[in-house]
Amino acid sequence: MELLQYGFMLRAVGAGLLLALTAPAVGVFVVLRRMSPMADTLAHVALAGVGAAVLLGVSPALGALVLALIGALGVERLRASGQLFGEAALALFLSGGLAVALVLLSLARGVNAGLLGYLFGAVTAVGPQDLVWMAVLAVVVGSSLAIFYKDLFALTFDEEAARVQGVPVEALNVLLTVLVAVTVVVGMRVVGVLLTSALLVIPALTAMRLARSFRATLGLAVAFAAAAVLSGLVASFYLDVAPSGAVVLVSILLFAGASWVAGRH
Amino acid sequence: MDAVVVELEHVCVDFHGERVLDRVDLRIRRGEFVGVIGPNGAGKTTLLRALLGLVRLSCGHVRLFGQDLRRFRDWHRVGYVPQRAVAFETRFPATILEVVLSGRAGRGGVGRRFGPQDRAAAEAALQAAGLWEVRDRLVGQLSVGQQQRVFVARALANEPELLLLDEPTVGVDPEGEERFYELLRHLHRERGTTVVLVSHDVAAVAREVSQLACLNRTLFFHGPPEEALRAGTLERLYGTRSLVVAHRH
Repeated sequence: MELLQYGFMLRAVGAGLLLALTAPAVGVFVVLRRMSPMADTLAHVALAGVGAAVLLGVSPALGALVLALIGALGVERLRASGQLFGEAALALFLSGGLAVALVLLSLARGVNAGLLGYLFGAVTAVGPQDLVWMAVLAVVVGSSLAIFYKDLFALTFDEEAARVQGVPVEALNVLLTVLVAVTVVVGMRVVGVLLTSALLVIPALTAMRLARSFRATLGLAVAFAAAAVLSGLVASFYLDVAPSGAVVLVSILLFAGASWVAGRH
Repeated sequence: MDAVVVELEHVCVDFHGERVLDRVDLRIRRGEFVGVIGPNGAGKTTLLRALLGLVRLSCGHVRLFGQDLRRFRDWHRVGYVPQRAVAFETRFPATILEVVLSGRAGRGGVGRRFGPQDRAAAEAALQAAGLWEVRDRLVGQLSVGQQQRVFVARALANEPELLLLDEPTVGVDPEGEERFYELLRHLHRERGTTVVLVSHDVAAVAREVSQLACLNRTLFFHGPPEEALRAGTLERLYGTRSLVVAHRH
């Protein structure tokens, strides 16, 4: 294929597939735990980390990761303490994150083009080093899900029953929030802050339409996301449209198709 | 070994400044089948949650298997079947087998993988609950009665010595209800499981259990059902004489 002759396209495919392997698997837990808005919130908080990193002259990915993790722990703490309404706490962090990002980036000046890349994704601009840290983060997320699978399942299906069984639900809630934060940072380069939650949520919803077990839901979600990433990138290359938009649109088409198939059965 | 499985001593629980349980003393011995009855808002569910450590006590102590609740770690000895309505999202994409296996998630610490022993225990629980044939179906596709048996099977997968059930027959049709009580009878008689059943269905509970605990914020009767009937406890509990109470078979 012509597009695979370009190094930037190969790296884009690699980055997209790394996201497709992790985001939907985390997304299944996120959807079932009704944490979808949290993914959006943490993406915006991560953007503030990009702003801080640009200002300090360190790696934007590192800044995004650190702030997303701090945001994750803050949101989880507010949720668990019940001090604020859940959605209100998220809105506070979401708009706060975006506001801090805008202020910091404007202080750093001349990075407006970079800002657009983080808002809407810049998968074709992914460098070899980006790919390495994305792979590391993806391995962290994937192995955490594999190791804590049964515990996360019990937590997600019935938190109270899990608590009575002696499952450490507080620690697992923190773990899940941290995994969302890490996934969001991986997704930021591929589809951008504004569309990251789409790759967590939409393939998970699509899989739930068709899957006959929880394990199958995880597998199908990853498969749908990989299909969306690959065909979205191909479409963006030949049609010359934004890759992130193309990937998310294909995801939505797959969801519509799965809903149609499920409706016929 | 101490035969007292559950011990509540002067237990009080307050919600938003209102006393829901007031100085409840209750001892449940190994092998008993206890029905907890009382009018709506009597604190029946709170009583179960208090002895599971799910609500904060304003005063008093709870001991499970002779151990103070705050230090109790042997949770695999306890099976809990919560009220279906609060516990369950019917669109959850999991099979019955996956749900029942999850009953063993607390065993052996986090990060452990399920092994052959877990699978054997889940199979035995599914067989006991009459669900083995439908184990690969999605849990949301079952009837309400079957779903209740899934939650009992999940609790049984841990092979508990103490089984606590909160209104398990709500929304279950009469045939499903009869099968459900049959399962509880089997567990109680054949396995010697200590069963605590919270229910608003006084007739069914009085028929099944060996001990009745009558609760209305405070516990004012605990003993065999026949004694409760003789003493007019139920009329005092519900403030009516029109109760129909079925007799033991």
